Amino acid sequence: MTGGPETVLIQLEHVYKRFDRTVALRDVCFSIAAGESIALLGANGAGKTTLLRTLATLTRPTRGRVLAFGVDAWVRKAEVRRRVGVVAHQPYIYPELSCRENLLFFARMFNVSGAEGAVEASLRRVGLANRSHDRASALSRGLLQRLNLARAILHAPAVLVLDEPDTGLDVAGRRVLASLIEEQIARGGSVIFTSHQLDFALDMASRVIVISDGQVEVDRQRDTVERVAIINMLAGEPLALVSS
Amino acid sequence: MALVWKDLVVELRGREFLGAMVAFALITIVTLNFAFDLSGSEREASGAGGLWIAFLFSGTLGLGRSIAVERDRGTLEGLSLCPVPAGAIFLGKFLSNLAFILIVQVVALPVFAALYNLPALRPLVLLIALVGAAGFAALGTLFSAVSASSRSREILMPVLLFPLSIPIVIGTVRVTTLVFQDRSGEAWPWFNLLAAFDVVFVSLAYVVFDLVLED
Repeated sequence: MTGGPETVLIQLEHVYKRFDRTVALRDVCFSIAAGESIALLGANGAGKTTLLRTLATLTRPTRGRVLAFGVDAWVRKAEVRRRVGVVAHQPYIYPELSCRENLLFFARMFNVSGAEGAVEASLRRVGLANRSHDRASALSRGLLQRLNLARAILHAPAVLVLDEPDTGLDVAGRRVLASLIEEQIARGGSVIFTSHQLDFALDMASRVIVISDGQVEVDRQRDTVERVAIINMLAGEPLALVSS
Repeated sequence: MALVWKDLVVELRGREFLGAMVAFALITIVTLNFAFDLSGSEREASGAGGLWIAFLFSGTLGLGRSIAVERDRGTLEGLSLCPVPAGAIFLGKFLSNLAFILIVQVVALPVFAALYNLPALRPLVLLIALVGAAGFAALGTLFSAVSASSRSREILMPVLLFPLSIPIVIGTVRVTTLVFQDRSGEAWPWFNLLAAFDVVFVSLAYVVFDLVLED
């Protein structure tokens, strides 16, 4: 990992994203430091997914810049992608391949050294070691999401970008997810994630960012924000309800 | 090569389009066998034309699905997130598409040789089949990616692909006809032209594929 808790891994500088007439992101500025777990919250359509896609180099900003690991993310995409793990709404999984084959494919695409060992370790980590030879098409929604998480951590990324990673997970699956986030932080990495499970999000976060209409409305350390204030804010109450 | 391995395994297990490609090629060859007058002096030219119509149209079936399936499943994003140049993704997809067309050719050429009584299994014909398929697969892979996000991709793909494939179609039919007519010596300029088109199409697609994949 790159350094101590103050090391900035990713920095967004005045990022805008426009889709035709819709402005999805407006002047978004913040940074992600090593060791941070950031809950990105907001109502449906607030711009959370667009923001995460921009961080993951899937969506190019209309204006502004994303600096990742000291380089412009859109100039040196491959370098950035090697150090970012992404879970998006759709699992990047091939149903015709077994769990092991899926991970082995991505391990080779990411040029992971000791691919076989890394695949076994990832499968064990998400509790799928006993299903490794099952085709992905035979997995339930929740197990597929676990496999998706295993794929995201396979190359030991410095930053995990997780868009609603708890979707479809049962209690055990959510525990796996929580421990993955904790391990990522413990080894000096960072996580930025969205979730509509507010309790889960606030439990896992060291920092909370709330966006509304594509703009950052709140960006605070988790322990400076009241849970009820966040809930009220997401329900449309004014910013003043957030304690200082 | 990981991408080629993945595509081949996924297709062999999922049977998304390879079976349809083979069936379409065989049906076309059999149908044209009845449509053409194969007793006259134009037998070689008609046969070469029929053979490449079968390869091009059956190839389009597979090429059209190649990237569209990845986009529909969302796995194209997963590929985009891999730390490899977009050109490498193009090369992987191009090679797997080429492999599918070659499988069709391996099945279809003996049937064609038997029905049309033409020397379709000569090494030079096999080489022409490879070179022609490579150019077509390169263009097809590129336009499959271009059209994959369009709602009317089934229309857009052939509309983009066929006009730009004209040099390949003319070249392959002409060179195959010459070989069937035992005029192989005259075939080399056409063959070289086809090879040059392959280099141009593969290089061009390699360079622009990043723009095509971008959201």
